[in-house]
Amino acid sequence: MSNPTTEALKGVAPSQVTAKPIASNHTTRKKGDFKGRKFLLGSLLPLIILGSWQYVSGTGIVDPMLFPAPSSIIKEFYEMVVSGELFRHLEISVLRALLGFLLGGSLGLLFGLAVGMFSKFEELVDPTVQMIRTVPLLAITPLFILWFGFGETSKILLIALGSFFPLYVNTFLGVRNVDSKLFDVARVLEFKRVNQMLRLVLPAAMPNVLLGLRLSISIAWLVLVVAELMGADRGIGYLIQDARSFMRTEVVFIGIILFAAVGKLTDSLVRVLERRLLKWRDSYRG
Amino acid sequence: MSTALLEIVDVSKTFRSAGDAVPVLDRLKLTVNQGEIVSIIGPSGCGKSTLLKIVAGLDIDIEGRVLLEGEPVKKPSQEKGFIFQEHRLFPWLTVERNIAADLSLRKPDVRRKVDELIKLVKLQGFEKAYPKQLSGGMSQRVAIARALLRNPKVLLLDEPFGALDAFTRSHMQEALLDIWRENRTTMLFVTHDIDEAVFLSHRVIVLDARPGRIKTIVPIDLPFPRKRTGAAFQELRTLILRALEHEEPENGSVSYTI
Ligand SMILES: Nc1ncnc2c1ncn2[C@@H]1O[C@H](COP(=O)(O)OP(=O)(O)OP(=O)(O)O)[C@@H](O)[C@H]1O
Ligand SMILES: [Mg+2]
Repeated sequence: MSNPTTEALKGVAPSQVTAKPIASNHTTRKKGDFKGRKFLLGSLLPLIILGSWQYVSGTGIVDPMLFPAPSSIIKEFYEMVVSGELFRHLEISVLRALLGFLLGGSLGLLFGLAVGMFSKFEELVDPTVQMIRTVPLLAITPLFILWFGFGETSKILLIALGSFFPLYVNTFLGVRNVDSKLFDVARVLEFKRVNQMLRLVLPAAMPNVLLGLRLSISIAWLVLVVAELMGADRGIGYLIQDARSFMRTEVVFIGIILFAAVGKLTDSLVRVLERRLLKWRDSYRG
Repeated sequence: MSTALLEIVDVSKTFRSAGDAVPVLDRLKLTVNQGEIVSIIGPSGCGKSTLLKIVAGLDIDIEGRVLLEGEPVKKPSQEKGFIFQEHRLFPWLTVERNIAADLSLRKPDVRRKVDELIKLVKLQGFEKAYPKQLSGGMSQRVAIARALLRNPKVLLLDEPFGALDAFTRSHMQEALLDIWRENRTTMLFVTHDIDEAVFLSHRVIVLDARPGRIKTIVPIDLPFPRKRTGAAFQELRTLILRALEHEEPENGSVSYTI
């Protein structure tokens, strides 16, 4: 029931949206040394863990096949980078995630805007979307493989489907939260229809859209792993799967760390975007 | 000077909800001349905002007619600038971009006029500030500049200074008169504040409640700038207060700032 994977795959319910305001991620500009100290403090725990891990591996208490020492992981990592193997896998994974996300995310944004703006369209589309949203993506995966095979199409479409919902739900919510008083202003100022969308609805819904964006990206990564574990001949997911069957535990770790790193990187990019686009917001910044 | 700009002819408005009908305005008749400032004062709920929305074209479900320069008002437009009680700026736009709103500041004539207006409403130095960084009075001045950029034929103001403190309010009243001296903009000004009405307007319309009708019209024939402490000022103020207090048994709780 509370399996985090299936929960995340379903997209995000509006109630979760309010529970995690974006504003908490803004860091107020403070003195440089404070930032440095914060960084040091944050890296303390990982360093301790790494250090003791390295130590324990040396003593022979744990099986090095299951828990390879950090040093041997780094060595393997270096070899894979030099041989270009790592980049080959990363490249295809990023491409799949990007294409799927662009397809699903942009459709989610467009549908969210349209459904938010026109209640007729909402009545037509929203019930169906909400119904599909409740089906766990993992349950649909076999169907996609039957329809589109093990090739790129099924993977990209699966990722697109996953990243559609968070942007759709949050954009819809954002549009519905636009202050109706500002619509009167737009009428008095005689905004054209396009400008009403581009200069009123979109910026007003931007906080929610960006939240949806972040959630969509993380779901794109998640579905990517699922798709690549199901069957692929390249990609980080395949790398992990393949390494598992040959007991190359170092490589499994490398794959996991890569996912984490790329995920963190894209998340930071969206945060930069947030800071730029939402600097007008007058909200508590932790 | 007295060419009619705005004509409100026998305007009646009834709100219908769940079967029962609430008459709010009853055959209201009023003509506002070119360059005139007319204040509307009356008890809460008598239909002042409703009237202003009708004149703005935001509410067209009415009986009677509203004519601007002889043309019937059918929809909202930039000719009828509207200043709401809250400033209603776009929080994501800076001051100058709020004033420009849907117009591009890259157009030289827009740029020039926006700069002029920023000077007129005395907001130099705040061009790049966001609404969250402004005080209530400053925000309201931005809203006024935004309306003025569109060269409105008439400016409709719905208790624009109601939320401001007394000091800022009197400052804003003077600012509004400065704008009037500069542009001779016709204004229809809704207020709760008798002092404000006497200070600003050429005529004060006192409205009656339920249904809203014109009770009296008090012409203010004092030269600008007006002294609030002058005897004539005080006399007019008392006159309006009498007109308002006269016959108000149902809700005597309404109080007027003197
Ligand atoms: N949309 C609406 N539906 C039903 N009744 C309404 C609506 N808008 C206003 N009314 C009623 O019309 C009457 C006049 O409202 P209006 O807002 O014009 O009053 P007002 O004179 O501006 O009051 P105030 O001084 O408090 O702003 C009120 O009794 C109100 O209940
Ligand atoms: Mg009102």
